[in-house]
Amino acid sequence: MAMVDPRTSIINERMREISRIIAVSSGKGGVGKSLVSATLALTLAKKGYEVGLFDLDFTSPSTHIILGIEGLQPKEEKGVVPPIVHGIKYMSIIYYSGEHATPLRGADVSNALIELLSITRWDTLDFLVIDMPPGIGDATLDLIRLIKNIEFLIVTTPSQLAFETVRKLVSLLKELKIPVIGVVENMKMNKSDAIQEQTRKLGVRFLAESSYDPEVEEAIGDTNKLQNTSLAKKMEEVAPQI
Amino acid sequence: MHEWALAEAVIAAASEIAEKEGLSEVKEVKIKVGELQQIERDILEFALSQLKSAKFKNAKFSIEIAKAELKCRVCEHKWFFGKEKLNESTAEAIHFVPEVAHTYIKCPKCGSPDFEILTGRGVWLESIKGVKNGDG
Repeated sequence: MAMVDPRTSIINERMREISRIIAVSSGKGGVGKSLVSATLALTLAKKGYEVGLFDLDFTSPSTHIILGIEGLQPKEEKGVVPPIVHGIKYMSIIYYSGEHATPLRGADVSNALIELLSITRWDTLDFLVIDMPPGIGDATLDLIRLIKNIEFLIVTTPSQLAFETVRKLVSLLKELKIPVIGVVENMKMNKSDAIQEQTRKLGVRFLAESSYDPEVEEAIGDTNKLQNTSLAKKMEEVAPQI
Repeated sequence: MHEWALAEAVIAAASEIAEKEGLSEVKEVKIKVGELQQIERDILEFALSQLKSAKFKNAKFSIEIAKAELKCRVCEHKWFFGKEKLNESTAEAIHFVPEVAHTYIKCPKCGSPDFEILTGRGVWLESIKGVKNGDG
């Protein structure tokens, strides 16, 4: 027989007690995926759900900065158990890479992702929110390949450039019969229903629109401030829809 | 103790293969472990012995450690990974996620972090031998 990588055989077992696995994704970078992931996880935790947050943006992780997470390590117990911060079980490559640059090629991204999925013990969760790297590269393809019940929540800006990539992402997911929860339009600066209309034309739900909010930058690292931003308030609207 | 998590993966994958090949009893499982991951062999062996199901009751698990050879993509220099050159926390980080080697290790010749792990990464199932259904 050819050499077999045993890790992929255990991933669905590790995810067995997680009710919903939501990949927060986008076609382009810089649309606010990490902020949406972090505020969505906080909102769901505040509502009393068991929530996990997994930062899969290995080369540019940022949810730990958004949530002000420092100096923590997972516990080793027949695998690794993510620490609970602000009511969220939190996992990121930063536990291992620190604040150093982590230059990874596609195959390395894939390997690190499989490693973490196979050793992390989430136990029971209502929601696992995954902050994805932008685009439809290795991380997206691996989650689709390895996690049976993966669903996608897509973030865009009002820019046609961002939405064009959403169109491609949605068409790929539909073709593969992967559920798309809906689209969040972030950093809106003008009144326009263009994205809303185009989202509906794709046959996908439009979940919420969030205005450009200069206070978000001030709230980075402070979860109390973060929960008072207009983006976090929009997540209150998104939560019951997922 | 994340060797346990990997041992669980080995048993799960070996069970799948045994099922697919119609083995009623597994006699031998050969495992290759990459040096880069710095697996504690004793813990892995112990975990395997604790986790094995009835089908693996008489199975021998043989573990081979593969040397980790790295190759720079920029200058093509090849070298072997040496744990002794790393501090304890770095070695531990690589133990959990071998890819973070790219954070801490550079090509000794040109200093690039853009290298390929030619051999010695991860845990692999090399072969399984056993008794086929109906063979006695």
